Amino acid sequence: MLSFAFMRHAYIAGTMIAIISGIIGVYVIGRNMSFLSHMLSEIGFSGASFGIFMSWPPLNGMLLFTIVSSVLIGQMSSKSSRREASISAISSLFLGSGILFLSLANKNASDATSILFGSMIGISQSEVNQILWLSIAVLVIIFFVYRDLRFDSFDHVGAEVKGVNTQLISIVFLVILALSVSVAAQIVGSLLIFVLLTLPASSAKHFTRTVSGMMIFSIGAALLGVWLGLYLGYLTNWPVSFFIAMIECAIYFGALAWNRIKNA
Amino acid sequence: MSEPVLNIKNLTVSFPDHLVLNDLSIAVNKGDFLSVVGQNGVGKTTLVRVVLHQLAPQHGKIEYHPVFKRMKIGYVPQFRNIDEEYPLSIRDFVGLNLHDSHMPWLSKKERQKLDKIIAQTNLETIQNTPLGEASGGEKQKAYLAQALINDPDLLILDESTASLDNVRKFELLDLVKEFNEQQGVTVLFITHDIELAQKYAHDYLLMRHGTYQSGPIAQFKESDLEEAEHA
Ligand SMILES: Nc1ncnc2c1ncn2[C@@H]1O[C@H](COP(=O)(O)OP(=O)(O)OP(=O)(O)O)[C@@H](O)[C@H]1O
Ligand SMILES: [Mg+2]
Repeated sequence: MLSFAFMRHAYIAGTMIAIISGIIGVYVIGRNMSFLSHMLSEIGFSGASFGIFMSWPPLNGMLLFTIVSSVLIGQMSSKSSRREASISAISSLFLGSGILFLSLANKNASDATSILFGSMIGISQSEVNQILWLSIAVLVIIFFVYRDLRFDSFDHVGAEVKGVNTQLISIVFLVILALSVSVAAQIVGSLLIFVLLTLPASSAKHFTRTVSGMMIFSIGAALLGVWLGLYLGYLTNWPVSFFIAMIECAIYFGALAWNRIKNA
Repeated sequence: MSEPVLNIKNLTVSFPDHLVLNDLSIAVNKGDFLSVVGQNGVGKTTLVRVVLHQLAPQHGKIEYHPVFKRMKIGYVPQFRNIDEEYPLSIRDFVGLNLHDSHMPWLSKKERQKLDKIIAQTNLETIQNTPLGEASGGEKQKAYLAQALINDPDLLILDESTASLDNVRKFELLDLVKEFNEQQGVTVLFITHDIELAQKYAHDYLLMRHGTYQSGPIAQFKESDLEEAEHA
């Protein structure tokens, strides 16, 4: 299987994506941002359409749109009720224009489906390189803000007392979230982003009670899904995203069941 | 016992619509246990925010004792958003406030600090319990442990006993008293509970809208508070 270049690319890109999704996902859960990451993936879809319209690589369009919109969202009201409404508004704006760009681009429908549902198999060497660099950038940023980000994500009030610059942390996190969403969309597609970004971390919190434990578990769950999904996709020729989604859901429902049994 | 650790001088704070603190002065010495009382909205939490540099006063200033280059303050806030679903264990929560290193993992020194504070606050047996599932008293102890983990010079408690029953609130304050007496931690205890203030505090600061009264707790008269409440 790995003698095919396209499978090697898929495994390398998928591994990086699973690692950063596993880490970022834990912060997404801690910060209650599942909703926002979902929106960012829709925004990513329009970015990719815009990229196609401009004849750019779709990932570049995605990065542009998700980073700009996450910074915009970060500037807006931090009141959570108002915030959800404004996030919805911004994402409708982007999603609507995404449909327009896609129709103006006049390309066939397969471009749209590969953005929405992922297309593991078509990843080129240069795309793999870009995914690698972006993932490394995300990891380096996380390394530098790790403690403050962890404090702010799991105890905002305490972090403010300590004097953490929570506004700065929030913007930095939105940017790395945008990067992660764009990168992860390359494999599972923008419709299924939360399969890698939130399901593994949500499962993790039923098994472990520390931030580092949750990260290890959710990286493991994401890796399992990606590796096994790619293999099954290779064997059956069915979509890889389908298998990844099924595996992550199985882990998630398994975690819920485990939680039931434990508390029974 | 010469210079105060915290010297609050002529502090005035107003928000756009109204004046909250008006020319408040009080000196707090090392090892003091000062109870701050007063009705809702007189500015107790506002005072704390100025002490914590979260808010700049319009007038007046706070002098910190020069011995403390940067005075370490532990603070247990009045409100905290920890719900039932909160995932972290008590131990991990307490450790969030460690910052002796920048690494993602805890250093040996940090693990020792964590062990020590968990033991001192009697949280050993429940340290792996999820904080979201802990009782009100256990949560307050965890908040206290997090505030004390870096050996602060000053500890501020903002109505930490408000939701606790008669047994738990004494338990919590017995702990605070231990830190006050054995480690010399200066304590600022904001409360509505006069009985507690009289049992534990050395001094009091009674805040009313615009006027302030302070002295040794033994001289505190409950009639003063009632007067304030009916003012
Ligand atoms: N950021 C703010 N902007 C405007 N007004 C504020 C702000 N923070 C506090 N206030 C007002 O200042 C007054 C004092 O508030 P503060 O929270 O200090 O009272 P408190 O004494 O701690 O009351 P409580 O016993 O209810 O905790 C209140 O009237 C409050 O509405
Ligand atoms: Mg208050």
